[in-house]
Amino acid sequence: MMDAYWLPVIFIGLMGLSVLVYAILDGYDLGVGILLPMGEADEAQRDTMIASIGPFWDANETWLVLAVGIMLIAFPAAHSIVLYHLYIPVAIMLIGLIMRGVAFDFRAKAAVDHKLAWDRTFKAGSILTTLAQGYMLGLYVMGFEGGISTHLFGLLSGLGVTAAYSYIGAAWLVMKTENSLQQRAVAWTKTTGRFCFMGVIAVSIVNPLVNPGVFDRWFDFPLVMFVLLIPALCFAAFLFNDFLLGRLPKENDRHCWVPFSLVMLIFLLCFSALGFSFFPDVVPGQMDIWEAASAPESLIVILIGALIVVPVILMYTAFSYWVFRGKATSLNYH
Amino acid sequence: MLDALMLSRIQFAANISFHILFPTITIAMCWFLVFFKVRHDMTGNPVWMRAYRFWVKVFALSFAIGVVSGITMSFQFGTNWPGFMETVGNIAGPLLGYEVLTAFFLEATFLGIMLFGIKRVPNKVHTLATILVAIGTSLSAFWILALDSWMQTPTGFEMRDGVAYPTDWFAIVFNPSFPYRLIHMLLASGLTASFFIAGISAYRILKGDVKKAPRLTLKVSLIVAAILAPTQALVGDFHGLNTLEHQPAKIAAIEGIWETEKGAPLLLFALPDEETKTNKFAIGIPKLASLILTHELDGELKGLNEFENEHPPVAPVFWSFRVMVGLGLLMLALSWFGSYHMVRKGKMPNWMLKVLVGTTFSGWVATLAGWYVTEIGRQPWLVTGVLRTEDAVTSLPASNVAFSLALYLIVYGFLLVAYIRTVFLMARKAVKEEEFETNEPRPDGNLTNVNQPQDNVEGSAKA
Repeated sequence: MMDAYWLPVIFIGLMGLSVLVYAILDGYDLGVGILLPMGEADEAQRDTMIASIGPFWDANETWLVLAVGIMLIAFPAAHSIVLYHLYIPVAIMLIGLIMRGVAFDFRAKAAVDHKLAWDRTFKAGSILTTLAQGYMLGLYVMGFEGGISTHLFGLLSGLGVTAAYSYIGAAWLVMKTENSLQQRAVAWTKTTGRFCFMGVIAVSIVNPLVNPGVFDRWFDFPLVMFVLLIPALCFAAFLFNDFLLGRLPKENDRHCWVPFSLVMLIFLLCFSALGFSFFPDVVPGQMDIWEAASAPESLIVILIGALIVVPVILMYTAFSYWVFRGKATSLNYH
Repeated sequence: MLDALMLSRIQFAANISFHILFPTITIAMCWFLVFFKVRHDMTGNPVWMRAYRFWVKVFALSFAIGVVSGITMSFQFGTNWPGFMETVGNIAGPLLGYEVLTAFFLEATFLGIMLFGIKRVPNKVHTLATILVAIGTSLSAFWILALDSWMQTPTGFEMRDGVAYPTDWFAIVFNPSFPYRLIHMLLASGLTASFFIAGISAYRILKGDVKKAPRLTLKVSLIVAAILAPTQALVGDFHGLNTLEHQPAKIAAIEGIWETEKGAPLLLFALPDEETKTNKFAIGIPKLASLILTHELDGELKGLNEFENEHPPVAPVFWSFRVMVGLGLLMLALSWFGSYHMVRKGKMPNWMLKVLVGTTFSGWVATLAGWYVTEIGRQPWLVTGVLRTEDAVTSLPASNVAFSLALYLIVYGFLLVAYIRTVFLMARKAVKEEEFETNEPRPDGNLTNVNQPQDNVEGSAKA
């Protein structure tokens, strides 16, 4: 039956898209939270940094709900396995997301002498979230094998993902801020970019070594000539960004948007590489998308809705970014 | 015994009890904001805008906590109740999916424009954004109540190899208890938001706020409550009849009826005892339960003993129901009395203001009690007749669940205190704020002078 073959493929594509969009969008606002400078003199800069993500963070986070929702809807069997193994890190991530989300609102409304405490909560929540997400990614890549090496890889991956989110967050700030904060953001982007690069290299080496199937797939001649374009492009993007950051900010703020675009490209490439490594498995080495898929009659119902609604969502998301285009100013309700 | 099942149930109860507090506020409060904004646009009266400005801040805070605790809820299905999605995922999945697609993105995206966009978009677009957020929050209630009602009164599906498959989506969404439950919940949200707004407005007046906005919001919220409270009683009655038809065991627990009887009394007080299957210290009004539920004095009501091991725990359902109804009656009296004062005299006595401050969160208690009636009343079933709660729980070790439960309880307890304190702090701040109360709109309706931003400097040290 065509449905039974294609529907899971379409849904893994949709889920991948949501995860990628989530990693980019919530990635930059979590990154901004991680980078918050906590000195007393930095309060104005913290205000601007948080203002730069204020109108967006809530909608950004919704992509996570969509991604998990699609897994729940389309691949319930995988959803159970994945969440069974990730129970504790999921709980920690949720606590982190709660801390970040509420601190954003409380910081401006609580008593003045509590503001710094809420800013600390904001930063801590952001770090907790990204470490937990990276750790989960690491465990997922390892196929949830037990043992000390899995957890070590999870920790490494946690640091890598935290570096990656900081990288995209810093690049976001280069685009959305000006003057001294922008100069600091340029420096942050340069540093976090190098950490992120090391993280990508580490994961790229470990992943094929621990997963023989992945190794075979990547080094399968003659396809290797084509797929190696991904790491080559990725490497070029890192290198070019590092070079460009040495020259920012330029006159009239030219090219301030380029680092963010390059980091988005890097995210896209890394994500494609992961997808290429594991497709069509939804739990690496354990379960493919057809084994995990739910009933076609349910998938069709949600697919029809998604085809109508997702373009509308993309349209009004674009509208929102257009409304809040330009440099971040201090946030005013009115 | 605290095994993974009991711990998961406690965790789910804690999570959903905490979560539901905030949507209960925001669903209706957003329609209040729409009303304030539209009235402002129509009349040009700046007092409406001041009301909007204050309450949009409270809305934003409530919304943020609702969002983050809601994300926690969305993970709970998978982490603690894998059997739920394995058995009825084909039905629950699309309903949850549609909630995300049609409601979450809409409210989250336009909330940004609603909160921060007033200077960046034309006024009409800002009003539209407020309306879209209100539609989003209500749509969210629509989908989640469709799912919850389906779990209570499942229709439109067939079982194949122990898994539910959808056969009729219209029957699934519009299942027999859905319309009653949805309206009951929307009205509960209306009453919760009304008493919240009334309580905080009364608090501002008591703290010496002489501006017009708190008086206006006090009046509006009390009038809304005065209309909603009797409507809710009526809808609640229909909802009860529907429950009697589809879930008689729940009604038996609500009424504390052990033996099937004709002309059953309405118990005002009793201590139901599951050991002896009797009520102690029962005080009741003869035949009234039969009259309410069957509309006949000698109507027959089934007793709990007919549902051996298939009925919910009696005491929590029995008592939650009485808390809900008692608070409903209190709200009815307060709103009528308060509206009378505000409409006839334009003010109210201080003791009445103090009572209203005391009932600021009465809607929370009534709503929670109502949910306990309906959700505990569904036990031992997770999905009536399809899936038992004990068969859906995770096989995780209890220690993992205990760990996450402890984390959630600490965070939720802290947040609840922080939230309530901050709302009252915001009210005290608003008392001191200059609002140029004498600056009425000019005859030509031009508001440029009176609409200066005076407060709400989000993200700055002055806030």
